[in-house]
Amino acid sequence: MNAVARESLPARAGLGLKPEHYGHVLEARPDVGFFEVHAENYMGAGGPPHRYLEAVASLYPLSLHGVGLSIGAAGPLDTAHLRRLRELIDRYRPQSFSEHLAWSTHDTGFLNDLLPLPYTPETLARVSEHVDEAQQAIGRQLLLENPSTYLLFTESTIDEIDFLEAVAARTGCGLLLDVNNVMVSCVNHRLDPAAYIDRFPVERVGEIHLAGYDETVDGAGDRLLIDAHGSPVKTDVMALYDLTLARAGPLPTLIEWDNDVPAFPTLHAEAVRVDALLAGQAARRNHLKRAG
Amino acid sequence: MEFTASQHAFAQALLHADQPLPPGLTGARGTADEARFAVYRNNVHVGLTRALAQRFGVSEKLVGPDFFVGMARAYAQDRKPSSPLIIDYGDEFPDFIAGFAPARALPYLPDVARLEAAWTRAYHAADAAPLTLAVLAPLAPEDLATLILRPHPSAALLRSPHPVGSIWAAHQGTDVTPVDDWRPETVLVVRPEMAVNVHVLPVRDGLFAALLFAGGSLGAAAEATLAEDPGFDFGAALVGLLTLGAFAAIAQGDVP
Amino acid sequence: MNRSTLALALAGSLATALAGAAFAAPLAPEKMVGNEKCYGVSLKGQNDCAAGAGTTCAGTSTMDYQGNAWKAVPKGTCVTMKGGMHMGSLAPIKS
Repeated sequence: MNAVARESLPARAGLGLKPEHYGHVLEARPDVGFFEVHAENYMGAGGPPHRYLEAVASLYPLSLHGVGLSIGAAGPLDTAHLRRLRELIDRYRPQSFSEHLAWSTHDTGFLNDLLPLPYTPETLARVSEHVDEAQQAIGRQLLLENPSTYLLFTESTIDEIDFLEAVAARTGCGLLLDVNNVMVSCVNHRLDPAAYIDRFPVERVGEIHLAGYDETVDGAGDRLLIDAHGSPVKTDVMALYDLTLARAGPLPTLIEWDNDVPAFPTLHAEAVRVDALLAGQAARRNHLKRAG
Repeated sequence: MEFTASQHAFAQALLHADQPLPPGLTGARGTADEARFAVYRNNVHVGLTRALAQRFGVSEKLVGPDFFVGMARAYAQDRKPSSPLIIDYGDEFPDFIAGFAPARALPYLPDVARLEAAWTRAYHAADAAPLTLAVLAPLAPEDLATLILRPHPSAALLRSPHPVGSIWAAHQGTDVTPVDDWRPETVLVVRPEMAVNVHVLPVRDGLFAALLFAGGSLGAAAEATLAEDPGFDFGAALVGLLTLGAFAAIAQGDVP
Repeated sequence: MNRSTLALALAGSLATALAGAAFAAPLAPEKMVGNEKCYGVSLKGQNDCAAGAGTTCAGTSTMDYQGNAWKAVPKGTCVTMKGGMHMGSLAPIKS
């Protein structure tokens, strides 16, 4: 197997690795393009999490996804956390490392949610500094993920896509395009999700995320989508994903399912669905090449 | 507003449900909707109470999910995680429960929570080889008596006036099984290899184990235990504890 | 008991226990784990499926953020004490 020697994730469907599936994955060795884990869940000193992750990482390409760096914080990054990330990356040599355009730490407390920030020249400078600092500290490029948001800021003067592209241009980071987040934010802010995908700098994208959203209404009775990660990918998100692939070509694609995690076959069925779309796009591209 | 100040205002409003929305928020209709900000407030609280429920599953069964959520919310309101390592969140939850008036009807609840906290700590603790009998067997009597053993990095000892291990074990399946013998228990939680083990120690060895875990020498711990209970069997207790993997290996050179 | 008497007594007690334990030879950690039933009571517990909490990068639509109005009483499994003696049993109660 040369999967482990790859320097980047394969353009296939990947799944989040959950403790309840450790045993099954190692025994059945399902045909999955890669596995992704949250970095913070592997920052304990030892024990089964590391033992299992070592075993899985020796069989599959690995994506490390951080949820606690708080890149969008006004205050400084947590240097202890950067050191922990560096240790983890040195130990597991993941094919990808990603974090969020969001903040989650305030003063000394961790707020356990990915919170939104205004897009202004000031916040652009701060986020770019943080991405620079993080990439220096971990010794590799990171992918920055577009957020799902429920509110906007009056002081924002920069469009979200322009903001992400500017951070990438200034720091050399890549982008993680979460297509479910695009749907959630666009519906919540009455924007056109297809137009968002059309404008997104897909050449900077190293990975795509998909997930299932929940739907409710706000106080005015408007649709309010919530990035819940607890159900299959919705039909409209799959269609938007196919549109993304048509623009960007096949890309490594993670299915996120973090709440009410189902039995492995249900997760795997999602991966099979995504692999079929990826294969379809790859075939169309080959056909076009031959025709051209 | 300046970035630091506006983020501070956002955090304050996020953490206090009775406060108005922070300034500077809006939406597609041109105003900020309360229900939308509520999603963020909700994510923080539900995320933390769920994290506690995952770590303290037996405690949750003992009080029921509604009571547990209320208790967890009261804890989370004033105690946010100190770092993004949610695997550590709730280390102080057992002490909080001990002082939580509505839970006083269940005097054993704090100790059950302590056992659950110890289980997760053992799961994530540093890996280390346990001390083996081979190291102790050749020691001269004086050296044996002055020897101080280091608890295994995963090990925790819990002395409870309640049958805390039996209550915990009774709640591991979907059906709760009866606890036969209502008496104090000393419980050892330890992970000598990859599996976390939970053991109820023999009653008369509880004090001895506690003294060793507190850093006492074998001689001092044995003497104090014998003073309480002349029938205490030092050899059986020490061999037993070592067999469970309670202590960390010491290099041969470190042994006197 | 003076120091050396105690030390000798402990060494003797340990020698007896080791002889009786049938594994006085150097014991590998994996062998020790298998022998856990020799001492105390080993409780059957959870496995990795209940490995405690982890992080999430998802939100939730389960609404539960409102105040702290406290009216609840514990309503889970209960401990019944027989006649106030040091006996009891745990049994599920219907909610």
